[in-house]
Amino acid sequence: MEKYIIWLLPIPPLISFFAIILFTNKRKAVSHGIAIGAAGLSWLGSMFIFIRALGVKEFGRQIFGSSINWLPTGSTWLKVGVQIDPLSAVVIFFVAWTVLAIFIYSVGYHNFGQPKGDHDVAGLPPHGATISEHGQTHSVPSIEPMYSRFFAFISLFAFGMYTLVVSDNLLTLFVGWEIMGLCSYLLIGFWFGKPSARNAAVKAFMTTRIGDVFMLLGIAFVYSFTGSLSFSEIFKPAMLTALSSTPAFFGLSAAGIIGLFLFIGTVGKSAQWPLHVWLPDAMEGPTPVSAMIHAATMVSAGVYMIIRMFPLISAGWTEGMPLNTTMSAIAFIGAFTALFAASIALAQNDIKRVLAYSTISQLGFMVAALGIGAYVAAAFHLVTHAFFKALLFLGSGSVIHGMEHGVLHTGEHTDAQDMFNMGGLRKKMPITFWTFLIGGLALSGFPVLTAGFWSKDEIFAEAFGKGHIVVFITLAVAAFLTAFYTMRQITLTFLGEPRTKAAEHASETTWTMTVPLIVLAIFAIGFGWVGIPAQFPFLGGHIANWFHEFVGGTLTELPQEVGFSWVPLITSLVVALGGLFCGWLVYRKIKSPQEDFLQIPVLKNKWYFDEIYDYVFIKPATWIAEKFTSLYMDQTVIDGVLHSVARFSLFLGVSFRTYIDKRVINEFMGDGTGNVVKTSGSGLRKIQAGRIQYYMVASITVLVIFALLFYFLVL
Amino acid sequence: MSVPLSWYLILAAALFSIGLFGVLSRKNAIAILLGVELMLNAVNINLVAFWRYLDPSQMGGQVFAVIVFAVAAAEVAVGLALIISVYRRRKTVVADEIDLMKW
Repeated sequence: MEKYIIWLLPIPPLISFFAIILFTNKRKAVSHGIAIGAAGLSWLGSMFIFIRALGVKEFGRQIFGSSINWLPTGSTWLKVGVQIDPLSAVVIFFVAWTVLAIFIYSVGYHNFGQPKGDHDVAGLPPHGATISEHGQTHSVPSIEPMYSRFFAFISLFAFGMYTLVVSDNLLTLFVGWEIMGLCSYLLIGFWFGKPSARNAAVKAFMTTRIGDVFMLLGIAFVYSFTGSLSFSEIFKPAMLTALSSTPAFFGLSAAGIIGLFLFIGTVGKSAQWPLHVWLPDAMEGPTPVSAMIHAATMVSAGVYMIIRMFPLISAGWTEGMPLNTTMSAIAFIGAFTALFAASIALAQNDIKRVLAYSTISQLGFMVAALGIGAYVAAAFHLVTHAFFKALLFLGSGSVIHGMEHGVLHTGEHTDAQDMFNMGGLRKKMPITFWTFLIGGLALSGFPVLTAGFWSKDEIFAEAFGKGHIVVFITLAVAAFLTAFYTMRQITLTFLGEPRTKAAEHASETTWTMTVPLIVLAIFAIGFGWVGIPAQFPFLGGHIANWFHEFVGGTLTELPQEVGFSWVPLITSLVVALGGLFCGWLVYRKIKSPQEDFLQIPVLKNKWYFDEIYDYVFIKPATWIAEKFTSLYMDQTVIDGVLHSVARFSLFLGVSFRTYIDKRVINEFMGDGTGNVVKTSGSGLRKIQAGRIQYYMVASITVLVIFALLFYFLVL
Repeated sequence: MSVPLSWYLILAAALFSIGLFGVLSRKNAIAILLGVELMLNAVNINLVAFWRYLDPSQMGGQVFAVIVFAVAAAEVAVGLALIISVYRRRKTVVADEIDLMKW
């Protein structure tokens, strides 16, 4: 029963995609109805599976799954199939919720129910419509011109995500992964009329491509080594031992190399340093896309994949041993990204860009946690982060929407995404404010109440407990910065007084946008309580650490819960509360970017990574393309050869024409025959005098001649 | 009975040559026709002479001569009719001037 439903989980969004693209493209209400209906079906199925999974004792030992033979490979078969184990059960839980919430939110975000824009064109964001009421004209938001197309794309995206999560093998996982990459490209470039959106789409696609190629290499390596791509086959203890004891390249074992390659896939998809550059630019897409793809699901998929591959990465490593090379690399990249991205987020003024860097930073937390072997903590933070980051993104979309309303109302030309143009929105948009506050506090790790606290605290506890002090300190600093910039964002956006007219006239958004916010806010608080460590003071033990037991059961050996220590807890409290307090203290007075002491160029310009990549990769690539390939190779060498061949042929042709065709065929054969006939004709015509006597003379002469000849020769 | 065959042949040849000369040299269409008649009669003399001297028991030579007479009469009738017809249209019987079909 369960396994059939698992097979069916990704199907409704796929059907929705084709239905919208093929049939209902012109009918906006039907399109979003189909898309939300499909998301709802998948949600129902996911909840059913999740609840059934909860009911199974020691679920990690007896997971739901089934597989079929797909491709014959010699005498064996390449199998594909689906499975839900504890890890994918919690992932599908948050995927189902966030996807459904974001689908509903998109209805409001794309101004469903509003009139058509005055001069809106497909490929640009709607500019607003003028309507006249009671003899007065005023501007209102207008509906998105490509409304149906948007729902088709996000449906296809949901299909990709569900496929990825339910896969029991690397192949279909990779298929889902790439479908999401495509959708990410399509949706970042959704407003393709804007050059910035186009460039961002290309950048995202190219950057993640680097990771994907390595990931494909890793998958190929796995297949050539084990002859199978199913997780259950790869993660067999004997197979893992074989993989970890086989030396490959660079002094790494086969398992290490594969893990490293797969991890590079994660680096691309989850925007870790050094492939982080695409994610902030991806904010050019519509906000629901930013929330879904670039916060809750797709970038989480990268982390999910690497968590999924943890048995392989940690093959041969046991608790207490020093980290192997691959794990060290993962821990380093994760911790570094966490701090690095948090530092950039400090100086961003665009409300969505702050969240983008915050996403990179939080993904870094998870990656770092996985790198130090904190499997459960990484998964826990993955889930809580998906909820509160989706909440924050949707909240920021709601803010932007409210601001745009104010911009239309006042006719002022203000950047609706610049936080310095906001302020005082808490009174205008109360629901958005409270939900955003909850999301922000969860992101900062506000103690006890929020989900972010519990997951982040677990990462700290693990890092400290396992003795990775460098990682611990780095993450602690990053967490401090996180709390700081989150409070900066909340203060600038919601607190104080409105700094522009547009902010004064901002208004709360429709229920389709606020209801998803409320639902996600509930999870942003409540989901943390499923993972309270047993030894936590006062609270621990009252509710069992369900999450640890459940998700930890995915591994063959249940990971030990790390012992309680006051150091990480106090650190966690200090950085969260301290960061929040400092953020409020500093930014409650600051009214404009000029007063902001953190607008230093190096942070403002994101440590110049875009510029560095421009100089190191893009400029040389352009140079090679333009100068070497195009100008030298193509235009000189290849064109030269081609032109010589052409010139030689031309020469041959001209020669044939001049000497053979013109001379021999035309003049000698053609004209010659004609001329001979003509000349002889005009010569002979004189004989045809028309006088019977002449003919007679001629014939008698001939007769006489022949007679004489006959007489002398024959006789 | 001492006129040899050769005399007749010489007469016929002379007559033929006169007729041929007439045909070739005269411009008048009727004169040409006359020339043709002379040539035909030269042939007749030959036919009759050969019959008489070589094999008088056979009637072939005489029969041929009679046929030639008949044909010659028909030919003169057609020829004169043509000439009269041409004369009516062109007011001439000079062969050179009858050049309607000439290029």
